[in-house]
Amino acid sequence: MSGFVLVLIFLVAVGFFFLSRQKALLASDGVLASLHSRPDYHGLYSFLLSMLSGLVTFIICTILALNPLLSLLIAVIAGLVSGLNITANTRARNKSEKIVTGILFGCAGVAVLTTIGIVLSLVFETFNFFDSIGWRVDKFLFGPRWSPLSGLQDGVIDPDRVGIMPLLLGTAMITGIAMLIATPIGLFAAIYLSEFASLRLRGWIKPMMEVLAGIPTVVYGFFAAITVAPLLRETGGLFGVNVASESALAAGIVIGIMIIPSISSLADDVINSVPQSLRDGSYALGATQAETVRQVVLPAALPGIFSALLLGVSRAVGETMVVVMAAGQGANLTINPLEAVTTVTVQIVMLITGDTDASTAAGPAFSLAFTLFCLTLFLNILAMRFVRKYREVYE
Amino acid sequence: MNKMTTKNVDVFYGKNHAIKDVSIDILDKTVTAFIGPSGCGKSTFLRCLNRMNDTISICRITGDLLMDGEDIYAKSVDPVQLRARVGMVFQKPNPFPKSIYDNVAYGPKIHGLVDSKSDLDEVVEKSLKRAAIWGEVKDRLNESGTSLSGGQQQRLCIARAIATAPEVLLMDEPASALDPIATAQIEELIDELRHSYSVVIVTHSMQQAARVSQKTAFFHMGDMVEYGDTSAIFTNPVDQRTQDYITGRFG
Repeated sequence: MSGFVLVLIFLVAVGFFFLSRQKALLASDGVLASLHSRPDYHGLYSFLLSMLSGLVTFIICTILALNPLLSLLIAVIAGLVSGLNITANTRARNKSEKIVTGILFGCAGVAVLTTIGIVLSLVFETFNFFDSIGWRVDKFLFGPRWSPLSGLQDGVIDPDRVGIMPLLLGTAMITGIAMLIATPIGLFAAIYLSEFASLRLRGWIKPMMEVLAGIPTVVYGFFAAITVAPLLRETGGLFGVNVASESALAAGIVIGIMIIPSISSLADDVINSVPQSLRDGSYALGATQAETVRQVVLPAALPGIFSALLLGVSRAVGETMVVVMAAGQGANLTINPLEAVTTVTVQIVMLITGDTDASTAAGPAFSLAFTLFCLTLFLNILAMRFVRKYREVYE
Repeated sequence: MNKMTTKNVDVFYGKNHAIKDVSIDILDKTVTAFIGPSGCGKSTFLRCLNRMNDTISICRITGDLLMDGEDIYAKSVDPVQLRARVGMVFQKPNPFPKSIYDNVAYGPKIHGLVDSKSDLDEVVEKSLKRAAIWGEVKDRLNESGTSLSGGQQQRLCIARAIATAPEVLLMDEPASALDPIATAQIEELIDELRHSYSVVIVTHSMQQAARVSQKTAFFHMGDMVEYGDTSAIFTNPVDQRTQDYITGRFG
């Protein structure tokens, strides 16, 4: 029924488009130029008015459980009113442009409102959680032990068991290992691609990299758990080093490999956008290609390269699948990359998918999410300041 | 005295025959102007003189180009070393995203022309003074070169080019993006540079060619139509096309 009414509203609005257009044509007495707005705008105005008022009343009807046919009636009335008012002087163009601008604004607003909504719910839930642990935020941030749901009775959470230090350390360690791998390889690949590779080779490598970037992370996770982790364990065994079967190193290496394509693809774009005139200027002074890349192109591309790296960091911080499979779930407080660790995102997954009552598990999960949000926001702000400070504007 | 000599030079961009059989002698301590309508090949030819066209893969050059009697396209010649001897200033100012000081110090540093910081300071100061911009920037040498105005940027680029002590300075429409005041400063500078270098300037402005150059070459559709003393070209051209161009009938 409701869907049917929506289709009808749309058809009515389309009908008014043609009616109003015709009416405008008649009002022009055959001299099109005598109209303030072109006939299509008169049609558009009636269409928008009828469609929007119909939709709005439809939503109201749904909320108040009224008969949806009422909205159809409103759509017809709105269309009729706009159609009857058409004269040669009606400013239909200005009016419909205003409405369209409003619609565009509304769409932009959805993104903002969603963000605000998410942040508010995070803040609210975190507040509740902190309240339930008696505002021992110090224990939450710096406590060495994370097992919020173990030995839980009556849904009361023990502040001594919600220390996120092991998670933060795990996240930092895995991100660090990933960036240690991805930064040099990604950057050097980008430099090679944009400055030294022939066009033909570039035409091959670049699409391949983009394919690599499109592989689902679960595949990488599989790869980490089945191939890389045992390999590290065996290699470690050869040297008499004990490597856990799930280790931060395995996850870090695979995440690093995973983010190489995004870093190099982005950095390649940035390096390419350095104006040719700068390179020419350097060559004309008798600089070699290597000198030009190192002393002119890279400094000019630095802010962009920095944002490419930051994108890599945020992907590594937010990565969940690979860590679940390759680094484990146990919250160990360790700085040894050969041991199993866990990260903030993994613990959120464990909390939400576990069999504990959602209302109990949600508190720690939301607080973790909020902490992660604050961290990445802080990183982003830092990066934006840096980029703004060093950005050069080229025509 | 001849600084550079070209004999029967042809340039091809892929299948496009951009320069046709150009032979010209470029004199030492002289300003030579290349004039002609857009697309006539004057910039292309200029870029042959310091092998900047090497960076364009589809570009092919035949004929002899000599500097001090040596073939600059010989296998033994490194284009990087050649460009240190033949400097270039571009149409649009292109300061590096470095400080004003580092922009000028760039060339001397990469070529190892100086031994100490104080020597470098001296080269930078001298170059900026010769480019007539020292007074405007001496108190802010650490600011970015891109923070200067267009005319200042172009003079900075000239300072950068002369800091490597080239023997020939190529200028590709160096004043086309500048206002009349900055243009006048650049022209004055070119006249002053003539005492030490051989200067080759490409320009669209015939008044500019007449003001700054002693020799003028007129290019048209890839041909070098006429080459001679600037005064002769502008008052008594031999070729009808030159006559038409300088009197504004086409181009």
